[in-house]
Amino acid sequence: MSENPNNWPLWEVFIQSKRGLDHKHVGSLHAADAEMAIENARDVYTRRQEGNSIWVVKSEHIHSSRPEDAESLFDPADDKVYRHPTFYTVPERAKYI
Amino acid sequence: MTDVKNLEELFQAKIDAEQKIEPKDWMPDEYRKTLVRQISQHAHSEVVGMLPEGNWITRAPSLKRKAILLAKVQDEAGHGLYLYSASETLGTSREKTIDDLLSGKAKYSSIFNYPTLTWADIGAIGWLVDGAAIMNQVMLCRTSYGPYARAMVRICKEESFHQRQGYEIMAVLAQGTPEQKEMAQDALNRWWWPSLMMFGPNDADSPHSQQSMTWKIKRQSNDELRQIFIDRTVQQAEVIGLSVPDPLLKWNEERGHYDFGPIDWDEFWNVVKGNGPCNKERLDARNKAHAEGQWVRDAAVAHAAKRAKRKEAA
Ligand SMILES: [Fe+2]
Ligand SMILES: [Fe+2]
Repeated sequence: MSENPNNWPLWEVFIQSKRGLDHKHVGSLHAADAEMAIENARDVYTRRQEGNSIWVVKSEHIHSSRPEDAESLFDPADDKVYRHPTFYTVPERAKYI
Repeated sequence: MTDVKNLEELFQAKIDAEQKIEPKDWMPDEYRKTLVRQISQHAHSEVVGMLPEGNWITRAPSLKRKAILLAKVQDEAGHGLYLYSASETLGTSREKTIDDLLSGKAKYSSIFNYPTLTWADIGAIGWLVDGAAIMNQVMLCRTSYGPYARAMVRICKEESFHQRQGYEIMAVLAQGTPEQKEMAQDALNRWWWPSLMMFGPNDADSPHSQQSMTWKIKRQSNDELRQIFIDRTVQQAEVIGLSVPDPLLKWNEERGHYDFGPIDWDEFWNVVKGNGPCNKERLDARNKAHAEGQWVRDAAVAHAAKRAKRKEAA
């Protein structure tokens, strides 16, 4: 992190738009601490009643997979069509299955 | 005291208005306790449920069936994880929850205390056991506790192939040689009644059910769900030429449902109390797997520490 005390850390903002839904990533902002990040997130990301709950996480705490790993991570699922219900044939007359 | 009463009224009002309860909301202790018990039992069932099916992975009749069964069992492990995580949002510790399973203190669905004797049992489990579980889980997608409901939505999406692969196994066997058809019928005979018991005691004998319905943790009663399951499954059995082992089963025109014979609740309670055919085997298997996995958990921690040190040095 920078030496400059005014160089506030970056925070990732997650908003739950309605009770019962997942918190979704909406963007990021700079703030001096978590409380301020929540207040700023309120002002920036929920001006039109988009919010019911806010999570903020310091960006440095987010670890991400690397784009160049995408193939090796996700390819293995490509040839497993049997994980989908449409893979199976059941008699047409059978209902609710 | 009036404060708590007020909070309770607000809480119930939220539920009545179909609002989800989220982890940081105030909730009655009993609501929290009920959820912790139910969600952790549900999680344990996903995990222990891998054992009867795991029994057939190495003996599946073809590579295709083996890959399918592996994929299904793998899904169940994931379901266990989603549910343990949902339970942690209520302030439980993962370690304690697992310890309660291993010590035999916590319960899991009794259905998994029955043995898988033939390949047809894998068909019967997918069709009937997952089928019954899905009925319950579809209802729970609308349960009042947000994290539980969200876990259920994910689970239901993944469940959809489980029942179909089981039914397909049964359909194929039922169209096979007379021996194969008999094997399928025998599996249906053995799994039918335990599957009906999965919905729990009759409503009249289920004292906590009413509170769970008021809190909208549950939204349909045991007997309601059981009836829908029977109606649907009897039709599915007919289509593939198998018959449900209940001499009293009869379509009731007036009710628009099947009437069915009495369920042997003595057997149910006996298995719940630990005297089912495989209770001991299942718990032993879980304990053995946990103990034998200790070095893996230790190694992971040691490896992470080493990596952190290396980063520090760099
Ligand atoms: Fe599952
Ligand atoms: Fe399943």
